[in-house]
Amino acid sequence: MVIGVAGDAAQEADGPAASVRGVAMRFGANTVFQDVSFEVRRGEVFVILGGSGCGKSTLLKLMIGLRPPSAGTITILGEDIVALRGEARRRLKQRFGVMFQSGALFGSMSVLENVALPIASFTALPAEAIERIARTKLGLVGLADAALRMPSQLSGGMIKRAAIARAIALDPPLVFLDEPAAGLDPITSAGLDSLILSLARDLGITFVVVTHELASILTIADRVIMLDKEAKGVIAEGDPRRLKDESTHPIVRAFFHRTEPGAR
Amino acid sequence: MASPADAPATLTRRDGVLVLSGRLDAHSVAALWREALAAVTPGAALEIDLSGCDYCDVSGSALLLALEDKAGSRAVLHGASPRIARVIERAHDAYRATAPPAPPPVPSLPVAVGAAVVGKMRDLGERIAILGRTAASAALTALDPLSLRWPDTWHQAEEVGSRALPLICMIGFLFGLILAFQSAVPLRQFGADIFVANLVAVSVFRELGPLLSAVILAARSGSAFAAEIGTMKVNEEIDALNTMGLDPFRFLVMPRLIAAVAMMPVLIIAMNLSAVAGMAMVMMSLGFPWAAVSGQVVNWTGPSDVLGGLAKGLVFGAVVAGIGCSRGMATGVGPRAVGEAATAAVVGGIVAIIVLDGIFAVLFYLMGW
Repeated sequence: MVIGVAGDAAQEADGPAASVRGVAMRFGANTVFQDVSFEVRRGEVFVILGGSGCGKSTLLKLMIGLRPPSAGTITILGEDIVALRGEARRRLKQRFGVMFQSGALFGSMSVLENVALPIASFTALPAEAIERIARTKLGLVGLADAALRMPSQLSGGMIKRAAIARAIALDPPLVFLDEPAAGLDPITSAGLDSLILSLARDLGITFVVVTHELASILTIADRVIMLDKEAKGVIAEGDPRRLKDESTHPIVRAFFHRTEPGAR
Repeated sequence: MASPADAPATLTRRDGVLVLSGRLDAHSVAALWREALAAVTPGAALEIDLSGCDYCDVSGSALLLALEDKAGSRAVLHGASPRIARVIERAHDAYRATAPPAPPPVPSLPVAVGAAVVGKMRDLGERIAILGRTAASAALTALDPLSLRWPDTWHQAEEVGSRALPLICMIGFLFGLILAFQSAVPLRQFGADIFVANLVAVSVFRELGPLLSAVILAARSGSAFAAEIGTMKVNEEIDALNTMGLDPFRFLVMPRLIAAVAMMPVLIIAMNLSAVAGMAMVMMSLGFPWAAVSGQVVNWTGPSDVLGGLAKGLVFGAVVAGIGCSRGMATGVGPRAVGEAATAAVVGGIVAIIVLDGIFAVLFYLMGW
């Protein structure tokens, strides 16, 4: 294929990819976090980080509409995901992808069928087109040879890649990743980081990543917010490299420098 | 904000060049796919003008790749914006790196039969091994009763027994009622409808009581044992027990086996009484006094009927629990495997009960019971 380029690049789509305002989550008398507000800009890799129990996975579940927040508004791609119902809600869900922590691949289908499922369910494409698109997605994530394998035959790194391929099946502008590095060795995790960066750069995908892996954060994140269990909310926001070098908050320092909070 | 319905893709020809304009995403490309492929002649040079295209993602690129494949020669694209060009290039490289998925080889008949036989033999070997281990743990537990996990056994007895009683009583009552009702109608023609009482009592005490109770045990508890133990196997909890030096058979299987065997007589007696109650209700509605009904039942059934039923029940209970637990231990990988284990436990349990019932029928006949 020979591609001739003309014209100049960007028409940026309008508005932030996601906007969270004043969000709180309470289970009975227990408040996990409150007054959480931030924006995710189009095309960036945005990381939500924090220690165990700080509520970052819960925050992700709120953002993808699996449960409603106790308070606040969440706007995804310009739509209020908390209030939306019916056909409009279904259409919004097709516009973002989610990679779950353990992959959540459907064990009774092959990898190719897993990726093809959203395409077959929501488009009127003929079967050969669906197969072509699903194969391309697998090629994008580096699983070109694994199309016919079953999920039980995949290694940990391959499962994550297959899950990402399924998350981008419908070419969503926004993709959520829940702990992509969980259970992976450093080399495989670094490979996954490169994949995320290249997808962001070449396909213009906005990523929201929940993680606590320091190496990944410093590699892939454009901006981060840090949640804390004690503070029950956001304790830091911004460029992770700047936070690492300049923050004076004891917990932020402890996180980025791998020390116990309170140690010098 | 643009939605997929705005600016759909359009396809035109201009001086032998394919012009694709608008938005090329999965939805708009779906509408165009067949038409676009039809516009390409295999063997002819392919030129595509993308200057009117304001959006193209990987799905849109897939159409361009399909057109290139049909033409059989390198396609020349022009007018793509830098962003779109990057997407197309990335999709192109990704797709060309994959191979068409080869269909799995179909094994020849001898190979398929051989594989099936080997598989069945392996299954059989595994089942015999599990049966052996169950028997061995039963013997060891009998020799050292204090080693049994009694709190677990009580808990299982409650699950298997007391929790099943409402269901047992309801089914027993309805069964007695239906059986009495259906047999009263023909027997009445001979004035013999009082004998419905004996008929129901004898059939229930000897056959239907133990049989139905065992089927309910298989459906409720056989499947539960298989699913519980199967899920524990999938979660590596059985491996954890093994590495701690605890025998999973004595830890998990024994309490369930003993609970099932101990509770079966209770369930059978409950079913017997409920069936008699159902029958009595029909008989009394036909005008027979309770004394007549109870007299028939007491005079025409003996301890051997009830005890024979209970003895069968003990064996049924052991078999159902054993099959349930062994199916659980033999569970494979993944959610489907647990479902299959539960199904196999119920089906296997019911088949085993019916077969054993036949054997008992012959046995009791030969023994004169």
